[in-house]
Amino acid sequence: MQQIGYLKETPSQTAGPYVHIGLTPNYCEIGGIYDTDLGISMVNDKTLGERITLKGRILDGAGVPVKDAVVEIWQADSAGLYNSPAEMRGTADPNFTGWGRCPTSAEDGVFRFETVKPGRVPYKDGRRMAPHITLWIVARGINIGLHTRMYFPDEAEANAEDPLLARIEHRDRVATLIARKEGSVYTFDVHLQGDKETVFLDI
Amino acid sequence: MSDKTNSKPETGAFFARDRAWHPPAFTPGYKTSVLRSPQRALLSLDGTISEITGPVFGHSILGELDNDLIHNFAKPGESAIGERIIVHGRVLDERGRPVPGVLVEFWQANAGGRYRHKKETYLAAIDPNFGGCGRAITDEEGHYAFRTVRPGAYPWPNGVNDWRPAHIHFSIFGHGFAQRLITQMYFEGDPMIWKCPIVGTIPDKAAIEQLIAPLDWGNTIPMDARAYKFDIVLRGRRSTLFENRLEGN
Repeated sequence: MQQIGYLKETPSQTAGPYVHIGLTPNYCEIGGIYDTDLGISMVNDKTLGERITLKGRILDGAGVPVKDAVVEIWQADSAGLYNSPAEMRGTADPNFTGWGRCPTSAEDGVFRFETVKPGRVPYKDGRRMAPHITLWIVARGINIGLHTRMYFPDEAEANAEDPLLARIEHRDRVATLIARKEGSVYTFDVHLQGDKETVFLDI
Repeated sequence: MSDKTNSKPETGAFFARDRAWHPPAFTPGYKTSVLRSPQRALLSLDGTISEITGPVFGHSILGELDNDLIHNFAKPGESAIGERIIVHGRVLDERGRPVPGVLVEFWQANAGGRYRHKKETYLAAIDPNFGGCGRAITDEEGHYAFRTVRPGAYPWPNGVNDWRPAHIHFSIFGHGFAQRLITQMYFEGDPMIWKCPIVGTIPDKAAIEQLIAPLDWGNTIPMDARAYKFDIVLRGRRSTLFENRLEGN
């Protein structure tokens, strides 16, 4: 029989406690190598859409905030377009990167992004997904980066028809993907383990 | 954000990740994983547009010394102390195709095993001319390269006498957010590799071997620096031939 000829993906390893040296060197006081840390700014004065703040913490199985994680987010612009060469449906807002990176604070474990509320994007079969932001979390003790999604509490109707949320068998877990809202600030705490464990994705 | 290219980007969903090849989340030999590992099953879904797209960075973000850790933190006329090495390789996907134009970031301890980080307390000395981070963007064939000093082994509070093998951390972007990967590179012949609880989170010896960079004598520069070759494989993409179209059905 012929060999199918695929390579194996390089296996993941933990980002470790000093991940900031590589991903956010200015944050950990290694100045002068990069002008700024990549991903600290997603918007500028011309960015279209509703400005929002996304903040939250990563909590371990004992409920203790993880203070050495790095969180990256990826989202569509306010019109529902991704700023990516693989986006075939149109051209995204050039004043919005769609991607952000933030360490969880060494003091209180909080991460924070200044961004815009994303528009709806289609699922594979054409149904519209509810507005959402994809998160990727790495840290000491996490062997392979964790993917999850944040949905908006003020989008109940869209959330009710979202194909991903509909696939969550244990319905009490849907709430782990929905942020809390206070004004323009959305708070999304991620629980790595335990009773309130966040739904993580194999995507 | 992206540089212009003539080739049409691929937009298929990614091959499913082989999670028996990667380390599982819960690996008690690596103690911190015990409370930081999800216990519920992951929710699987075939890639949607939210995961098959991802950020792409242009060369404009790169400074002249971004891939030269020997000099990018050094005072003028000085350089980092240690064994001078070149680390280079290609970023490929599971189909063996080069992955061009992707950002590769790397970070490491200095030659004595000391990281430049305020939470680090190891008694080995800081090198005033070594910062420990760099980055590169792969070329059209998927190549990247940087020069640095070989990092030292490093003790850590896991078991009573655990030491990390010499290693360099890598962060790789692909073309889709689902390809996002962080890993570690080890060095050929290091006996510490087989004692390390973090290496040991990977169940398959063949997968561990994939993280060990061989000495690359062909690219060693006489009287200057030795070379190590480290290829990285990201998830492959399916053909789009039989996919439902996102629009225009």
